Amino acid sequence: MIGEFFKGLFLMIWKVVTDQPDPKVEFVSVFPATIQPIISVLLSIVPIIMVFASLFALTTLLERKGLGRIQNRLGPNRVGPFGLFQPVADGLKMLTKEDIVPHSADKLIHFLAPIVLLVPTLLAYAVLPFGQNMVPIDMDAGILFFFAVGASTELSIFMAGWSSRNKYSLLGAMRAIAQMISYEIPLIISSVTVIMIAGSLSLVEIVDKQSGYHFGFLPHWNVFTPWGLAGFIIFLIASLAESNRSPFDIPEAESEIIAGHLTEYSGFKYALFFLAEYLGMFAVSGLAVTLFLGGWRAPLPFLEIVPSYIWFLLKLMGLVCLFIWIRGTLPRLRVDQLLNFAWKFMLPMSLINLFVAAIWHFTSVWNFRGAGLGRWLLCAAMIAVPYVWLGRTLIGNKKITHRTYRFAN
Amino acid sequence: MISDAPGQMGMTSESASQVPLPEGAGQSNYTVIPKTSAEGTSEGELLEVAMGPQHPSTHGVFRMDVVLDGEHVVKLKPVFGYLHRNHEQIAESTTYLGSMPYTDRLDYLCSMTNNWAYALSVEKLAGLQPPERAEYIRIITAELTRLVNHTCLVGFLLQDMGALGTPLMYAFRERELILDLFEALSGSRMMYNYMRFGGCRVDLSADWIEQAKQVVDGYSRFLDEFEKLLTENEILVSRTQGVGVLTVKLAINASITGPMLRASGVNYDIRKVDKYGIYDRFDFRIPLGDHGDVYDRYMIRVLEMRESVKILNQALRDIPAGPIMDPKAKIRGFRPKAGEAYGRIEGPKGELGFYLISDGSPNPYRYRVRPPSLINLTVLEDMCLGETVADVVIILGSVDIVLGEVDR
Repeated sequence: MIGEFFKGLFLMIWKVVTDQPDPKVEFVSVFPATIQPIISVLLSIVPIIMVFASLFALTTLLERKGLGRIQNRLGPNRVGPFGLFQPVADGLKMLTKEDIVPHSADKLIHFLAPIVLLVPTLLAYAVLPFGQNMVPIDMDAGILFFFAVGASTELSIFMAGWSSRNKYSLLGAMRAIAQMISYEIPLIISSVTVIMIAGSLSLVEIVDKQSGYHFGFLPHWNVFTPWGLAGFIIFLIASLAESNRSPFDIPEAESEIIAGHLTEYSGFKYALFFLAEYLGMFAVSGLAVTLFLGGWRAPLPFLEIVPSYIWFLLKLMGLVCLFIWIRGTLPRLRVDQLLNFAWKFMLPMSLINLFVAAIWHFTSVWNFRGAGLGRWLLCAAMIAVPYVWLGRTLIGNKKITHRTYRFAN
Repeated sequence: MISDAPGQMGMTSESASQVPLPEGAGQSNYTVIPKTSAEGTSEGELLEVAMGPQHPSTHGVFRMDVVLDGEHVVKLKPVFGYLHRNHEQIAESTTYLGSMPYTDRLDYLCSMTNNWAYALSVEKLAGLQPPERAEYIRIITAELTRLVNHTCLVGFLLQDMGALGTPLMYAFRERELILDLFEALSGSRMMYNYMRFGGCRVDLSADWIEQAKQVVDGYSRFLDEFEKLLTENEILVSRTQGVGVLTVKLAINASITGPMLRASGVNYDIRKVDKYGIYDRFDFRIPLGDHGDVYDRYMIRVLEMRESVKILNQALRDIPAGPIMDPKAKIRGFRPKAGEAYGRIEGPKGELGFYLISDGSPNPYRYRVRPPSLINLTVLEDMCLGETVADVVIILGSVDIVLGEVDR
């Protein structure tokens, strides 16, 4: 029994590391049949929580270090070698802080808001394929599930803002609702293009459709098509807004409304919000990787010997680093400009992109000479022309001018 | 969840409930003002928010009582005085020289110009004339101070705009170089206490001038880099153009001075009008804006920094040798004869003036500061009405206040 247990355990770890199918089978069969499903579920859930929680800790450090370098300073370097234990110190500090609830707050909702944010965020990981044989649930409507649970973050932020009984919280919640609902639409429409081309709502299927290479080196990722590139950029901008990251950090704009809906949160509840925000960012980056960047697939054929989950994590961290870079560089938009951008630019662009994806799909039957290039150029032009035109009108409305200045002697 | 019923929770909750709560605690802390249309029908509610004194972007202990209609400002009342520390009264009860270090604390980013303005008015009162070299030193330190102030202002403005401190840190990097120069000169990084009536406290060394030349040369490169990153940035431009417009008429009526006035298009710079010190010997221009919005105020400051670099290059080139104190000046037993004087300079924030009345005793009979920060702040409501909360913050940032000077 003990021998079988360890044999199964080592076999499972070996299979996970070497990227083989069904790693859990031998280990689960060691247990009595009645508890096998529970063990199987735990074996899926615990690694997700552990891996992404430690990734969160590392990302906070990476973000502070990266922002430090961008801002001409060193970043945290006191706790442990190179400041590596800074997340531990932060976590301990958060846990030992007093949990303050405002006297006039709605205490039940104030308490529930961080939980309502964290639970759906973790649920969204259930459908993401992290590696070749690593998907917790291969659901047929995976992407639909992802957006359905993702939509509950708006509810949580409004709960937090309303229940705190603080004016800044309320202002932050109002801004968050306006922003997140506006950006949810381009986010979903830009991923619908991928669904149309792949012909499936299952994320595993979508990754499978992106296998193979053009000319032996250029992977079949969606981002290398005109509609895919446009969709990827729209998706990235919308996901920045969805995860309240700079330059769309309007709901928690520090210099304007202190911390928005987080103003009245302290201690571990604040830490939960923080955790959920980063987990949400990872989830949405993971979805971007899955939809547009080929998921866990290697970028070049000879790199396929590297295990698939490493490629997934590398792509994910690449996007996270991009988010950190943007955060360190750009000032914040104003609420009305943000909404104008969402409704007057992002939404029309994503609808046009949907149309272009349809054209791409139907022109795939072309078989004359130079059909591939012609199809590529047609679709690229159909995106580029509205991009320029919509961008012009967006700027034209704002009456922005290049100014010259007089000098008096 | 804390229940008010006794006995349900542990000791802490019970002992907490015995502490008498202040009046109104536990009830709604919203001040909700009903909003009615012209016909008298209800159109929703207005929200009154006290922004400050602990707000992160009010540049110190300053409060704005804002009435909001959604995100838009309907009413704004600036409230200050949290930092009031009896500056004028203290100065009246100490000697003339005794309040020189105290002027450092007015606008703590620009101690050199505060010193100069005070020294200038005492010199008018006592009839002193600083020697040539001291005048040059004053102009060099004042223009370096202007660089420090304007650089920090641009950094803070971008901070208020949400750029997360990146421009601010680069601004501070350049400020450090100038602070090093000031430290070498006066022994202190912020509170210089450098000017004296009839001259300056210590002389510049040749090394210092060489180092200052290097800093000034590096500054125009820094400004080019700064402008390349910021001035054409689309978010910055769309956030600032057309926001917080100050009309020429209002600016003149409210006696606004400094870069704010010039951003509205009024050609008024005391360096040109009064020609105090030896400013008439230098070749520099006054940049003027046409719109009077936040973008113009930002650009005027950037352009003024370039002109300051020009003045500094000329001054560091031409500085003569010689004494740095008027031989008539007395440090001990300084008693100007009875009379009054008003000395003013073009500080980085606007017209900084000191009004003094002497009755022949060692301390002034009346001592009054004309603080540009405070007077420029008076038009805040006019600029903010109809704008959003996000704009209020950057409009305040573009006014350029230091609370040490506003409250005194």
